[in-house]
Amino acid sequence: MENREKLLEIKNLKQYFNMGQPNEVRAIDGISFDIFKGETLGLVGESGCGKSTTGRTIIRLYEATDGEVLYKGENVHGKKNKKDLKKFNRSMQMIFQDPYASLNPRMKVSDVIAEGIDIHGLAKSNKDRMEMVYELLETVGLNREHANRYPHEFSGGQRQRIGIARALAVQPEFIIADEPISALDVSIQAQVVNLMKKLQREKGLTYLFIAHDLSMVKYISDRIGVMYFGKLVELAPAEDLYNNPLHPYTQSLLSAIPLPDPESERTRRRKTYDPNVHQYADGEEVKMREVSPGHYVYCSEKELKQYQQQYVK
Amino acid sequence: MENILEVKDLNISFHTFAGEVKAIRGVNFELKKGETLAIVGESGSGKSVTTKAIMKLLPPGNSEIKQGEILFDGKDLTKLTDRQMQKIRGKDISMIFQDPMTSLNPTMTVGKQIMEPLIKHQDMSKSAARERALQLLKLVGIPKPELRIKQYPHQFSGGMRQRVVIAIALACNPKVLIADEPTTALDVTIQAQILELMKDLQNKIDTSIIFITHDLGVVANVADRVAVMYGGKIVEIGTVDEVFYNPQHPYTWGLISSMPSLDAKEEELYAIPGTPPNLLNPPKGDAFAPRNEYAMQIDLEEQPPMFKVSDTHYAATWLLHPDAPKVEPPAAVKSRMRKFMGAK
Repeated sequence: MENREKLLEIKNLKQYFNMGQPNEVRAIDGISFDIFKGETLGLVGESGCGKSTTGRTIIRLYEATDGEVLYKGENVHGKKNKKDLKKFNRSMQMIFQDPYASLNPRMKVSDVIAEGIDIHGLAKSNKDRMEMVYELLETVGLNREHANRYPHEFSGGQRQRIGIARALAVQPEFIIADEPISALDVSIQAQVVNLMKKLQREKGLTYLFIAHDLSMVKYISDRIGVMYFGKLVELAPAEDLYNNPLHPYTQSLLSAIPLPDPESERTRRRKTYDPNVHQYADGEEVKMREVSPGHYVYCSEKELKQYQQQYVK
Repeated sequence: MENILEVKDLNISFHTFAGEVKAIRGVNFELKKGETLAIVGESGSGKSVTTKAIMKLLPPGNSEIKQGEILFDGKDLTKLTDRQMQKIRGKDISMIFQDPMTSLNPTMTVGKQIMEPLIKHQDMSKSAARERALQLLKLVGIPKPELRIKQYPHQFSGGMRQRVVIAIALACNPKVLIADEPTTALDVTIQAQILELMKDLQNKIDTSIIFITHDLGVVANVADRVAVMYGGKIVEIGTVDEVFYNPQHPYTWGLISSMPSLDAKEEELYAIPGTPPNLLNPPKGDAFAPRNEYAMQIDLEEQPPMFKVSDTHYAATWLLHPDAPKVEPPAAVKSRMRKFMGAK
């Protein structure tokens, strides 16, 4: 895995709101991870853990308080001229949670989708522009007649497809999907997830998939990061995380998911997470440590040994 | 077991500018004493409308109960006046809403909101109601009730607020509790706590619960029986084991197969094609037929009746007709069925 190309490197990223004031919030408190080209990294955690803030800071909707986000070795944050900014905006796009709030109700679908095309001057003529819109609509499973309609004429699942078409319009390499399916019905969720997987195969996209629905995250992700109060506590390949959750918070999170299986529900034992179990001593260095290849846990030196023993079992 | 609530042939329409929307089209079910009935279905399937009709909370201007009755304690709730219903609502039948952020009054202390039904319905004095409110807060697991009772909703977290809502709903020991997606707005760990709390309380005070959700995991956790709704009708109803391990309706098959399982890695998720029906012009035949790969000619022409699978299990699909061809359910469903047969 180490020789795979790193698309994005996040180094000690911090995002504090209301800095220096009594109500300072450390939404992201020093997290580091890499995203490899062509993979899907899932990010899970409870509301308020900082997973959405992480996505938004990476794409520069928020200015980072500290730390670096390197996209292909180049810093995303910091001063940039218009040209560089445009180049960067083209390669990174976002799909939002609520398809009812993320589409401008006064714009036609064709204009919503083509906004990026216009800004970056990707179409040579008006005809060219509409051709691109039609093609995008067909890519996401809508048809060309939909171009002249307004967002309110569509159902939730269709709107989310429009949101995906908009993100694809500028041919990005990297897409941040912030809870793209949680506002949709169960039967529609599968449609959207299948579409995202298909697009990834065809266009070689890289995804950061933020969600709290853990079963869907496991399905779509290659690797999963678990966040807790602004910190990344565990990062591992998807299968490995589910089979060998090491951090007690990950264990409690996994044990809380109800499964659609009455038999296992009757016998399920839920674990609770108590942050006091760690008993870190003063001066003890707590950081992400590699327990087995590719499986990182936020722990102290002492816990590392303990986790490694646990892992062997 | 004794039936506490019976819904018979309920038909509800909404009058809109576009025309009459037939939101509920002949719903029948009964709720037994002490059981939890889960109603699942996607948005627009009519699950919330059904429960709002039971509570008599449908908007008075544009909704109309066309037909049917809702029997509670021998009384038909649809015939009651608003004033009569106020005596039942919050006392015998109470409700927990989806969003704890908006279902509490932000300008009243939590204590006052819990005391309100006690004073109204049980003629308690203020001090007695306060005592009971403290008990309730303790019952739903809110620490330091003496302090919390004086606080306002904004001082509570989402999970704690939902506990307050549950305390209000349980204040008068209702016979029926309707929970409309009570955990959808909450995190998984909080959701697990609230579900455990509800089951625990049900054992203590022996209430019947109607639990509305679209999360099949939650259903498997809480339900004794399950009703699956689609297009304003119940398409399948049975015990939780029957619906999960021996589902008969193609829509139930679709729902179950579209959930990714945690232990297997599928290449592609099964997705039910198309979108839910428009109830402005409900289809003549089976509402699910256009999305149903197993649909037959008759599905387009005539609505299927409820076919009996067992004493507790019914499904509305023509596939159960003796003359219907044998079909192979999707793989995910078949493996569940094998488990069901094995258990027997």
